[in-house]
Amino acid sequence: MAKLKVNGKLVDLDVDDSTPLLWVLREQLGLTGTKYSCGIGICGACTVHIDGEAVRSCVVPVSALDAAQQITTIEGLSPDGRHPLQQAWAELDVPQCGYCQPGMIMTAAALLNDKPDPSDADIDARVTNICRCGTFNRVRRGIHLAVEINKRGRS
Amino acid sequence: MDKQRVNVSRREFLIGSATLGAAFTLGLYLPLTSRGALAAQGTSAATPEVNAWVVIEPDDTVIIRIARSEMGQGTLTGLAQLVAEELECDWSKVTTEYPTPGQNLARDRIWGSFSTGGSQGIRGSHDYVRKGGAVAREMLIEAAAEAWGVPQAECTVAASVITHQPTGRTTTYGKVAAAAAGLFPPEQVELKDPKDWKLIGQPVKRLDTLDKLTGKQVFGADLQLPGMLNAAIRACPTFGGTLAAFDAAKVSKLPGVRQVVRVGEDAVAVVADTWWQAKTALDALPVTWDRGPNAAVSSASIAQMLDEGLSADEAFVGNRNGDAKQALQGAAKTVEATYAYPYQSHNPMEPMNATALWTKDRCEVWCPTQNGEAALQAAAEAAGLPARQCDVYKIHLGGGFGRRGAFHDFVKQAVAIARQLPGTPVKLLWTREEDVQHGHYHPITKCRLVGGLDAQGELVGLHVRISGQSILASVNPNWMNNGVDMFTFQGLLPDGDHAISYTVPNLLVEHAMRNPPVPPGFWRGVNVNQNAIYMESFIDELAHAAGKDPLAFRRKLMANHPKSLAVLNAVAEKAGWGKPAPKGVHRGLAVCKAFASHVAACAEVSVDEGGRLKIHRIVAATDPGYAVNPQQIEAQVEGSFVFGLSALLYGECTLKGGAVEQQNFNDYPSMLMAEMPKVEVIVMPSGGFWGGIGEPTIAVAAPAVLNAIFAATGKRVRAFPLKHTDLRAA
Repeated sequence: MAKLKVNGKLVDLDVDDSTPLLWVLREQLGLTGTKYSCGIGICGACTVHIDGEAVRSCVVPVSALDAAQQITTIEGLSPDGRHPLQQAWAELDVPQCGYCQPGMIMTAAALLNDKPDPSDADIDARVTNICRCGTFNRVRRGIHLAVEINKRGRS
Repeated sequence: MDKQRVNVSRREFLIGSATLGAAFTLGLYLPLTSRGALAAQGTSAATPEVNAWVVIEPDDTVIIRIARSEMGQGTLTGLAQLVAEELECDWSKVTTEYPTPGQNLARDRIWGSFSTGGSQGIRGSHDYVRKGGAVAREMLIEAAAEAWGVPQAECTVAASVITHQPTGRTTTYGKVAAAAAGLFPPEQVELKDPKDWKLIGQPVKRLDTLDKLTGKQVFGADLQLPGMLNAAIRACPTFGGTLAAFDAAKVSKLPGVRQVVRVGEDAVAVVADTWWQAKTALDALPVTWDRGPNAAVSSASIAQMLDEGLSADEAFVGNRNGDAKQALQGAAKTVEATYAYPYQSHNPMEPMNATALWTKDRCEVWCPTQNGEAALQAAAEAAGLPARQCDVYKIHLGGGFGRRGAFHDFVKQAVAIARQLPGTPVKLLWTREEDVQHGHYHPITKCRLVGGLDAQGELVGLHVRISGQSILASVNPNWMNNGVDMFTFQGLLPDGDHAISYTVPNLLVEHAMRNPPVPPGFWRGVNVNQNAIYMESFIDELAHAAGKDPLAFRRKLMANHPKSLAVLNAVAEKAGWGKPAPKGVHRGLAVCKAFASHVAACAEVSVDEGGRLKIHRIVAATDPGYAVNPQQIEAQVEGSFVFGLSALLYGECTLKGGAVEQQNFNDYPSMLMAEMPKVEVIVMPSGGFWGGIGEPTIAVAAPAVLNAIFAATGKRVRAFPLKHTDLRAA
């Protein structure tokens, strides 16, 4: 038995504690926005936040987690799908197939938590997710636009 | 183009009016658009269609049926624009749905082809989908006119509002749609003159973006059905090998495991409550393979096979004019080079998957597919049932790139598993390792080119000998012409969608077909990818050998190819060809005609003392004839550089023991954000034809960069991927 806090809710899980967080989210909790693609922590499609940090959930076993940690998935990023990144992504039509995009957005959101106005070099260093359709340039523009939306929201 | 008068077959638009949602037999959580989902939940009375392409709800919601598959390329939105242009509906009320291949079969293929490949989505169906919109519009207007008792000719329509001009009375499509559904379609409709288009050519937003931002979009890998079990699979790593034995007892007591099943001749699957349990048990399952006849095949043995083809006496001819061999003998100077292009994996982000429910009377499959009809055939075959007792429910793809079009091995496997658990839906999901090791790979070829220059440095003859694998010989022999695979010559053909962009006085292009026992397949761009590398790199080699500017050298050969010349000139001008580049930065050019579009690129790169390549900027131009959605063309052009440059930098599957050595993104990398150049896209539609968008630019991505690398380093890279080449100064 494990207890986790996902998107603000405490959940009890009856699962082998070697199970990766990714599969707990997808198969125990029905949160399928977090994607499986490589299973070895390289591609970033499974990125979620643990206490605000971007983590590749396919390589984090449940045994490494506890209920004091805040786990956030794409479904919990904003209550209404209007996080500045989601607004920017919609404005620029960033996704193509869309499969990598929840991971892209969660990675970018963690970056903005750390650096509210990241440089291109910051983006290069932190956004190491794979996208086979090739959305990188719109992802970059989307992050910069989200910064603008954030600023507008505060002014 | 003048207004087109097109005949509309009465029958074509009369067969059936069954609505799509009703076809679903399970009240499930399904990734359907609004109406289908509502109907599946039983909360909405199904609305009759106006015709096969258009359903309009009483609240004016317009549902446009899309036969092709959305896999990121934007065809869903582009096709909806085409229908809506003629329908004259309110674009803000447009939504879409996929008809099923089973319905297409039952309705005599009323939606035409479902195949989504070869950059065909729009260029292969623009005529009949616009016609579908125009017919629906005429029926809706007629219904309003009848209700008012006025002549139809006195009524006009804009944005779903019909107006009787003399009286100013108005109604909406939603109010007359039910009546329109009962009318006979008009015998003839007129398609608009392109100059009158209001929606085609506009950079409207995609219709499928919002659900992709919140996790709401359900992909095949995400599908959940009530009572569903999950399967993980492993097939014999050696091509042509078979499953000899497995010891199910060793894993049958592991958590969640329900069954361990043989799948066809070459695979074994574990079925469990969850996929993670299935995968964990599969990893622990003792399996013995019979590696079969190809156990000794290696990259070296394949290279030997191809090397022999480079100089073999016999070869198929793809393009010939004049006498190239004689011209080369008489040339003042000849240049010769041999290039080699490897096997490559598609690696869409969503691994292969399909969900199947089999009973003795019916088989249903839910899957991402580039060709619903082919998926249906595969399902029926594996189910042992007639196609009419099967159906496939298409789901947006998490990438396709050709892997999910001609091949439905994953569908056959899912059905073969579900057949062993009658009445229980089973979702089969491949691991990434299975995906990399059991692809239908970009075919392997080598190419020897010999060019001849006269004393003035003009090209007088060119001999191109390709040696290597045919896709069609393996995948679709019916498409070959007397044993010749014309697809092999993409980008080098005398005319058509993949014509060579140059007029060479004496030209011979040949293919020595050598087919190693590795399954080849269509791939985003497929054969233009390597053929444009061969041709565009070698043209650059010839220009340098002639002591000429690569742009001027090309231009001289392009007088009869004005549209290709126009895109080349456009990139040269915007990139500043002939003007100084930033310090340390060097430029390279490439041009190609592919999938009926004309494309060109100018790349700017630098190579530092450590041999590290930086691609700074690429200017790209596309002439697709008509540009349906310019912002989506830009997205596809940008994406083509990621796909084409990933292939150039890293894409390679090597063979050992008859199996692919690579397994995952660790040993089959894809380019990342930090490597992505700035891309400036010029969309320059010249009108009069319909060219593809999703693939053509891939052809120029690699050669433009390779020619820039040569300009930067003096090194001509001829073996790929680039990761094998040391770019440091010698």
